[in-house]
Amino acid sequence: MSRAAPATTFAQRPGATLAPRAYEDVPYEEKLALWEEVKADPRFPDYLYGCYECGICVAACPSARFYDFSPRKIAQAAAREDVELIFEQMNDDVWNCSQCFSCDRCPRQNSPGGLITILREVAVRHGLASSQEALEGYGRVVYKIMTTGTQVSPDMLQPDAFPDWGPDVKEVSDQLDLWRRALPPETLHTTSTGWEVSEKTLLELYLIWHYSDVMDMIEEVDEGLHMIILDVMEETLEEAGYEI
Amino acid sequence: MTSIIPVESLKTKPFRVDPSEAPTADIREALFELEEAGEIIVQRVPEPYVEVMTKYGRTKKIPLGQTWHHKSCGQCGHIPGYSTAIFWLTRKLGYDYLDPKDQTSCTAWNYYASATSNVAAQGGVAMRNFAAAYETGYFPIIHCGTSYGHYKEVRQEIVHHGDVREKVRDIMSKLGKPLVMPEEIVHYSEWVHAVRDQIAQHQVRDFSDIVACVHPACHYYKLIQEDAIYDPDIYGGQRTATVSGLILALGAEVADYSTFFDCCGFGFRHILVSRDFSRSFATMRKIEVMKEEANPDVVITHDTGCVTTLDKSQFAPQAHGRNVGVPVMSDAQFAALAMGAHPYRVCQLHWHSTDYRPLLEKMGIDWEAAWIEFEKDLKRLEANEIEYLTWEDVDG
Repeated sequence: MSRAAPATTFAQRPGATLAPRAYEDVPYEEKLALWEEVKADPRFPDYLYGCYECGICVAACPSARFYDFSPRKIAQAAAREDVELIFEQMNDDVWNCSQCFSCDRCPRQNSPGGLITILREVAVRHGLASSQEALEGYGRVVYKIMTTGTQVSPDMLQPDAFPDWGPDVKEVSDQLDLWRRALPPETLHTTSTGWEVSEKTLLELYLIWHYSDVMDMIEEVDEGLHMIILDVMEETLEEAGYEI
Repeated sequence: MTSIIPVESLKTKPFRVDPSEAPTADIREALFELEEAGEIIVQRVPEPYVEVMTKYGRTKKIPLGQTWHHKSCGQCGHIPGYSTAIFWLTRKLGYDYLDPKDQTSCTAWNYYASATSNVAAQGGVAMRNFAAAYETGYFPIIHCGTSYGHYKEVRQEIVHHGDVREKVRDIMSKLGKPLVMPEEIVHYSEWVHAVRDQIAQHQVRDFSDIVACVHPACHYYKLIQEDAIYDPDIYGGQRTATVSGLILALGAEVADYSTFFDCCGFGFRHILVSRDFSRSFATMRKIEVMKEEANPDVVITHDTGCVTTLDKSQFAPQAHGRNVGVPVMSDAQFAALAMGAHPYRVCQLHWHSTDYRPLLEKMGIDWEAAWIEFEKDLKRLEANEIEYLTWEDVDG
């Protein structure tokens, strides 16, 4: 069910002293459409039951200690269906969440972390500029997981990528081939993947990405990355006789 | 037999559990109903198994052998001694297992970091891996805490939402695979917990002087909390018993600290692209608190991200004079060391950052001699006398 924009927002009411809300240039209908998509997610009813405003989620939240971030505000905005605030959170807050689910201690069994998962997913699906910015520099990880089937590979341990992890990173990087051969499990002798993934397995993974529309999401946030991943996948799929 | 950890408040308020009063329904019952309706295949836990108690007093079956090891990308990639120690323990205790190549990462690290996926894709990845295990006749045991927690989320979605189930079933049928769910979703640390007394029977190193702080993994006991193991004899049943139970069984001391429930600071995207947060949280909310309140010899945890964050985050804060410097390892590596495992050939501690050598000395391990042995292995590899270090080399 769609709704019209409220006649006035709080900030527009006589005597209101709050600063104008962010993203006023974005039409209310666009924000509402995103919110409707969040609510339509099958997980949404499992993640929100109402909010006591007790703040247990905030007390447990690691991100709340270091950012201007509150899982309670996420749950409250969703419970009130405050479309304007939800859009603001979708842009400015959700990427601060640590996704640890410490907030699942909620006495009402809400999951603010789960709500954030959906909010992020909708933001990515619609290619919001804030999502593109949040994922800047993250593309190589997406590439790795989608094309190789393992997210973290030994050759990612490069001193220029992890200078704050100390000089050991350089030693691992320098000795990588040799040290990987010194691992007794036969599947771990790889350097560009976490373990050896069979070709058949990889093919099945590519089919999952295609059949679940994940490729469309990647295109929304990073067209260049989308093209590169598509190239890798299409080659493998075509060799196996698939036409995507 | 493990002893009660002397935490006074927990002694005076023992936690009583009654499965009939659990706040959530037992999802396994719904799973069996779906099986009866012909909607899904449920892969049964193979015998022999150990029955353990979970948070609300329900019983969970932990398989001992015939296990299909769902590896962790972070463990295999950056902490390979973690995975190696799990396999080594399984071999030493004489249980049959598979280390499959027909396995992908759960992809949840990426999902929690970037949201570049969706319910159908996540379900497809999980069920593809479960079907691959089912095809071999071996039962999945999951190395990563995040994979474990995420697969339980996927199970909820597939069991409780018919439309999600249909979407995932459709994807699986296009792959030529059935929709299969294991009877229990089992984390490797639950297996370690279930065999801790066997591990203790094989213990060859004295750990009675070792003081350990436990960091429990959020995605193990917070995400779908019903499945995590609890035990009235450990923290009065008020905290998850995995990891702590093992340390007690090995005769070491579990030292309490006030930020036990805090996460490690991993953050999924933060550890890769916003590490100032991860480093600050790991230092200020975990390591420094442990040092100040318990001064442990080691931090023991049971997840990929926790070992990585707590270990690697301790380098940079030294420049600011922070109170850091506690080695970090998994319960599997700790157990393997107790059973006499080589610190480099098996536990691969040279991949860790924070200085672990004083701990090894306290365990009675001559790390210098062990490193010389390992260097000889490396020379043989370099000279191509051997292609790889094998289990036979390790056990020899």
